[in-house]
Amino acid sequence: MGVSEVNWVALGIFVLLFGFITWLGFAAAHWRKGDLDLLDEWGLGGRRFGTIVTWFLVGGDLYTAYTFIAVPALAFGAGAVAFFAVPYTIIIYPLLFLVFRRLWYVCHRHGYITAGDFVRGRFGNRWLALAVTVTGIVATMPYIALQLVGIQVVVGALGISGAGLIGDLPLILAFVVLAAFTYSSGLRAPASIAIVKDILIYVTAVAAIVVIPIELGGFANIFAAVPAKKLLLAVPGAQTTGAYSAYATLAFGSALALFLYPHSLTAVLSANSGHAIRRNAAILPAYSFVLGLLAMLGFFVIAAGVDKLPEYAAGFKQFGNNFAVPALILHSFPAWFVGIAFAAIGIGALVPAAIMSIAAANLYTRNIHREFINKNPTAREEAQNAKWVSLLVKLGALVFILFVPTQYAIQLQLLGGIWIIQTLPAVMLGAYTRWFNSWALLLGWAVGIGTGTAMAVATKLTPTYPLALGGYVFPGYTAVYTVLLNLGVTALLTPVFNRMSATASPLDATRAADYTEAQRSA
Amino acid sequence: MAESRGRRGGWSWWYLLFVAQYGVILWPPFYNRAEPYFLGVPFFYWFQMLWVIISAVFTAVVYFATDD
Repeated sequence: MGVSEVNWVALGIFVLLFGFITWLGFAAAHWRKGDLDLLDEWGLGGRRFGTIVTWFLVGGDLYTAYTFIAVPALAFGAGAVAFFAVPYTIIIYPLLFLVFRRLWYVCHRHGYITAGDFVRGRFGNRWLALAVTVTGIVATMPYIALQLVGIQVVVGALGISGAGLIGDLPLILAFVVLAAFTYSSGLRAPASIAIVKDILIYVTAVAAIVVIPIELGGFANIFAAVPAKKLLLAVPGAQTTGAYSAYATLAFGSALALFLYPHSLTAVLSANSGHAIRRNAAILPAYSFVLGLLAMLGFFVIAAGVDKLPEYAAGFKQFGNNFAVPALILHSFPAWFVGIAFAAIGIGALVPAAIMSIAAANLYTRNIHREFINKNPTAREEAQNAKWVSLLVKLGALVFILFVPTQYAIQLQLLGGIWIIQTLPAVMLGAYTRWFNSWALLLGWAVGIGTGTAMAVATKLTPTYPLALGGYVFPGYTAVYTVLLNLGVTALLTPVFNRMSATASPLDATRAADYTEAQRSA
Repeated sequence: MAESRGRRGGWSWWYLLFVAQYGVILWPPFYNRAEPYFLGVPFFYWFQMLWVIISAVFTAVVYFATDD
């Protein structure tokens, strides 16, 4: 029961490119060689990446295969609202520029490799650090699983499908490869593969944005084919901020959440200087531009009408709107280029999946194992531990995607965004102040997680919640509302807890000067 | 070095550029319309894409202005 016939030319090129990045992933162990028995070397590439490699790594990390499949799919299905991805990427870079530069300096100075390490040092509370750590791991797992969905869709579009093991074999193979090179090379593997991935993605995006509009008779024709309801955001009615507040809060909340994900911090911390971080804030928007172009592919799908063609019906039936971009590529390009484009998406899944599994492994090793199980591991034990955990994390994601409906992974990823943003007061504001009491932070976190989950369930696991206040309705991203609540609780309880505790507040291991560049005069 | 210390650690007026880009891009009523079209692309889309470029320029300006 295939989606279509096997596309041998495209499959050949796809396999060839996958073979190449597999070799690259293993060879990366020798790149800027370091002792891979140290967690710093395996899990952060020895903090040696300059501006350019950081650009590829962060880009490969943040703009995942799932992004390239799901954003155009949302544009195809829901229209203008999908474009929130563009303001979202505009918002993230000032955060990178201001907040994460500070975090880079303090983590570099104290040898921190995770957000948990930082919170532990800053607030001296192992339970708060544990909350940040567990949130990070739990939010990352469905994100890894979603990368597999990206691979599944392109493999299906190549014509390989079937029941049982045969159908799942490509996915299992891809993950064995991923697991093996991550284990042996650490962060150097996704860093080197990200360069190949990004070149392929740029080639694909530029070709799509030039060739397809020519085939379809220009942008005017394409947008004329988009139904009026999808072309713009719905103008809100009386007594509500409608689609406007939903759009703005989705962009803002997603941006705040993004850099709190462990894999973002891993990529940021692997840079070799605070300057590399700040330069990247200025040059990373090149990816935002490509993302905007890719979002428009959803409209190309509508204009080309590929969803109505019989040869793609089975694909749409199996993968839903996620099949929109693969179908458009199959429809618009010769087989050899389909191979390149699909490889771009497939490899685009491996890069973030590798970084995410490394980030989760770093978290477990540093903030759970070392904190609660074995307090004095040797450097070698610690690195070995992380390598095993990275395997386990990926295996979990694979099992999840093979045996649980895709819809659950998507819903869990949605919840993950609401959960991870609850670490904002401790991590992002913690980069500026330790005014907050650590127990108040922990309680605020718990209230945010609880309320956020309840709100998400009440809205049947959709991202926006219609907040009703004084006869007005403000639909907005649940993560934004709940992190505000979290902040309110934390701020209210901080003076209360400070008064209650007889002892002085725990020590802050960091000093104000640790957050900025070393003073020249000092 | 008191002046440069203040610049590195604290507030810089150049950060107002970030505030400006947030203000524009987080206010959809400002750009939620189709006219005027540019190369066949509705305003809603090309305006936001344009702000990707503007925000990159702003960030570069802040980078050089606050750098040592």
